[in-house]
Amino acid sequence: MSTPLACEVDTLIGVKWQKPPLVKRAWLRWTLIAGFAGYLVAAFLTIEVNWMRVYEGLDRGAAFVLAFTSPDFTSRAGDIWEGMVESVVMTVTASVVGIAISIPIGLGAARNIAPLPVYLACRGIVAISRALQEIIVAILLVAIFGFGPLAGFLTLSFATIGFLSKLLAEDIESMDRVQAEAIKASGARWTQWINYGVQPQVMPRLIGLSMYRIDINFRESAILGLVGAGGIGATLNTAFDRYEYDTAAAILILIIVVVMTLEYLSGIIRARVQ
Amino acid sequence: MPVLEKDGVRVWQRRSRSESLIRWFGWLIGVAVFMYCWQQISAVTTWFFVVDAPRIAGDIWDRATPPKWGYITQLGRPIWDTLNIATLGTIIALTLAVPTAFLAARNTTPSALFVRPIALLVIVSTRSINSLIWALLLIAIIGPGVFAGVVAIAIRSIGFCAKLLYEAIEEINESQVEAVTATGASRWQVMAYGIVPQILPAFAGIAVFRWDINIRESTVLGLVGAGGIGLQLSASLNVLAWPQVSLILIVILFAVVISEWVSAKVRGAII
Repeated sequence: MSTPLACEVDTLIGVKWQKPPLVKRAWLRWTLIAGFAGYLVAAFLTIEVNWMRVYEGLDRGAAFVLAFTSPDFTSRAGDIWEGMVESVVMTVTASVVGIAISIPIGLGAARNIAPLPVYLACRGIVAISRALQEIIVAILLVAIFGFGPLAGFLTLSFATIGFLSKLLAEDIESMDRVQAEAIKASGARWTQWINYGVQPQVMPRLIGLSMYRIDINFRESAILGLVGAGGIGATLNTAFDRYEYDTAAAILILIIVVVMTLEYLSGIIRARVQ
Repeated sequence: MPVLEKDGVRVWQRRSRSESLIRWFGWLIGVAVFMYCWQQISAVTTWFFVVDAPRIAGDIWDRATPPKWGYITQLGRPIWDTLNIATLGTIIALTLAVPTAFLAARNTTPSALFVRPIALLVIVSTRSINSLIWALLLIAIIGPGVFAGVVAIAIRSIGFCAKLLYEAIEEINESQVEAVTATGASRWQVMAYGIVPQILPAFAGIAVFRWDINIRESTVLGLVGAGGIGLQLSASLNVLAWPQVSLILIVILFAVVISEWVSAKVRGAII
């Protein structure tokens, strides 16, 4: 009953309303869509999928999903325990050392605190650390330092520096100048200025970021074992190689539980300091 | 304000006595835990290798330079595969992450008691496991190759995208939704005209951000056999062809820098 009325209204006020497009310029919109469609076609054509193999694998996939309902914590309990302890140990040491090193580098990478040469040097360190991936760094460090958790510890520390220094420097750069200046006006030394003018402003965020980084470090420590750098990854890799899905499921469940606990704890701590 | 009496003069202090005692004990326990952990690492480390490390590092550097530039002709296909793994993985992840996010957000979930916890569990479990582990698992199930890489990247990204997206959904402006509802719109119309336009910028930002991360991750997926340039890397490492390794590392660095630049540009244009 409303249709004829609506038509009448349309003819009275003109064109019917349409959703405005996301990209305003029509030619750009169509080029983007066409380019994207072309890319998708090319990508699909070049990916070789062995569907027979995938089909055969579905049984194993189902077996793995089922393994989650009956994870086997006991038969490799010793290996799992050792791997988890090593992962936690690597996480703790790498986080402490990484955070300790990234604070001075973060100070140096903030343009409003550091002179230009220091700034450039620290930004360089941050850029290198961020561009290199954990696993690649781990491969190189294992080649240099030999197998074991020391290589993993160094990898995680190195990665922590890039992450934390960059975010800390950005936080310092966006701080309130007035407070820092007030401290300086009272005749404070440089160290006092940092300690009373800058540090209280960035401390809540630093603690929050550190907690987040501990969380990431644990997650990363789980894969470093794949290249021989210690941690639970080696146990997990062995479990997959032996097709022991129930043990693998147990390890994955443990990782998820630890990550969830860490996330929960860091949520509490962040809520308290902010 | 905590004050200390010293020779009849009241001196300002930052913290009261009990507060500083608690802090001191906190530091003590922290240092003890750190030292214990360090000892654990130290016990299983062969220190001879560590002392020898600078020489080894110099040796590897000598072998790896100059990079074998001619090898780059064989890297075209692996790079294309890497790009495909990252892009297709991101697209699949986004299509799965959107419904998950709507089910997980407090203001759009159909049932906060049953559906929301399941969606949150999906988010947490896919997010806390690294894509390399997913790749390892998928290779055991569906065999090595690019496809395993695509699926691994897709699964890993679901949690990340859905988490950021559902936080964006929870932060939307309710009055716009109410205005659309007041016109008599159906549930789906409210979603399409009240909620989606509000989260679209966040969605585009998340998509590009995740694509950038996925390019990074897909470069190393080949180490476990899931296709891309990592395959060449692990093959070269296995035969100790260090000049090839250094060239591949340079290519990976280049790809990472470009993808970061692209994502920064696109995000700058959107937001």
